[in-house]
Amino acid sequence: MTYRILNFANFSHGDIMSLGAFLALVSLALLRGLGIPDTPFGPLSFGLPMVLAFFIALLLTALAAIIIDRILYRRLRRTGPIILLIAAVGMAFCLRNIIQFIWGPQPQYYIKAIQIARKIPLLGIRIKPDEVFIIIVVALLVIGLHFFLQKTKMGKAMRAASDNMELARVSGIDTEKVIMWTWAIAAALAAAGGILVGIEDKFITPDMGWQMLLPIFAAVILGGIGNPYGAMAGGMIIGLSGEISTAFISTAYKPAVAFIIMVIVLIIKPRGLFGTR
Amino acid sequence: MILEARNIKAGYGEVEILHGISMGVDKAEIISIIGPNGAGKSTLMKTILGLLKPTHGKIIFDGDDITGLSPDKIVRRGICYVPQTDNVFPSLTVEENLEMGAFIRKDDFKPRMKEVYGIFPDLKEAKRFRVRKLSGGQRQMVAMARALMLDPQVLLLDEPSASLSPKLVKLIFEKIVEINQSGVGVLMVEQNARKALKLCHRGYVLAMGHKKFEDTGQALLNNEKVGKLYLGG
Repeated sequence: MTYRILNFANFSHGDIMSLGAFLALVSLALLRGLGIPDTPFGPLSFGLPMVLAFFIALLLTALAAIIIDRILYRRLRRTGPIILLIAAVGMAFCLRNIIQFIWGPQPQYYIKAIQIARKIPLLGIRIKPDEVFIIIVVALLVIGLHFFLQKTKMGKAMRAASDNMELARVSGIDTEKVIMWTWAIAAALAAAGGILVGIEDKFITPDMGWQMLLPIFAAVILGGIGNPYGAMAGGMIIGLSGEISTAFISTAYKPAVAFIIMVIVLIIKPRGLFGTR
Repeated sequence: MILEARNIKAGYGEVEILHGISMGVDKAEIISIIGPNGAGKSTLMKTILGLLKPTHGKIIFDGDDITGLSPDKIVRRGICYVPQTDNVFPSLTVEENLEMGAFIRKDDFKPRMKEVYGIFPDLKEAKRFRVRKLSGGQRQMVAMARALMLDPQVLLLDEPSASLSPKLVKLIFEKIVEINQSGVGVLMVEQNARKALKLCHRGYVLAMGHKKFEDTGQALLNNEKVGKLYLGG
């Protein structure tokens, strides 16, 4: 949706994800410092501070994205996609290095505990309680996004602007407001992704988002540019195929799987599975 | 005259396309603007809409000077526009397209939606369909219906019959008459000059950025000069 509405490939998306993850780290430290009890919820590895930090970070990241748009992309709206793309790359470097400047290049930890994978009797698989939590959160986010896009006025306006920005303007829709909401939601979702990765991997690094850019773009291209549901499907396919591939080839090649899939899609069906353009 | 253009000069960059055009639309009228390609018909429409700023001249609407206002302000004042192409939101349903048309309404848009469905009953049947699945004729109706949702006083149509079959052209023109009779002034730019002139109350013939002829639709049809030059004989 950012591609359709904002008219460029947002290369800074990965680093917004990292930003979200680190903002959660800061919020977490603050909340713990305030003395909020950190006892973990049941089998999960974290307690109330993490949950609160999650929401705070989402809000802060959304705000950051809106501010970045105001100071950078808004001035460049009338230029072309390539200039915007380069601006985004520049912003990506900025964000990544600001993060590294503040926190250093070493990995940071949300929780310093290791979780043992439990076995689910019915399905016969081993899964960590944290991972169940992550799956539930992601499902809720997906449902939330769907509801927002389909049922709310602003969601419909976003879909309309994504289809045809000029017509939206001529219908009287405040396209600047739509753009602001697009950034806010994209950033919040990126932040959520970053934090969840942090919970899963146990640590976060300034590089984490940038490194995920390739699979992210592969997922969007696979799903079809401009279709948020396609992107979700693409994400699942890329993610799953990456993990499954480790059964056959070395883990070091995992990014290559995403890359190969993206190249195949671009050659065979550049519109992606559900793309409309 | 609810909408007037006075001595408009406008163009793109260094190139002036309109060299001083004056014309007007009354609420009870259907006005056609015809002429060959490059005459400036679309440029005139863009200037009225605020998509283009004229270098000279004024646009007056309902007594107010609206020259150079941005499109969303002009839409709010009561001039709605149906572009020639890309005039619908393809991934939205028919009903959602209409909702977007009514986006800036502060009141309940449902009564107006009912009225608009009254003009286009076929759309009511199809209201849950995604517009990209509809035929060309249906899409054109959606495009016009969307523009009507704000209860405009003047409707601007850019080549409404373009790429439609003769049967659909007839249908669309019938709808235009119906819309006009409900109290909306219609200004349309048309390639299908003959049909447009038959339909309209008055017409303007533009060529090379100048107004060449101005008369009632019927008189223009009967005008030999107009016939030879612009109606294909």
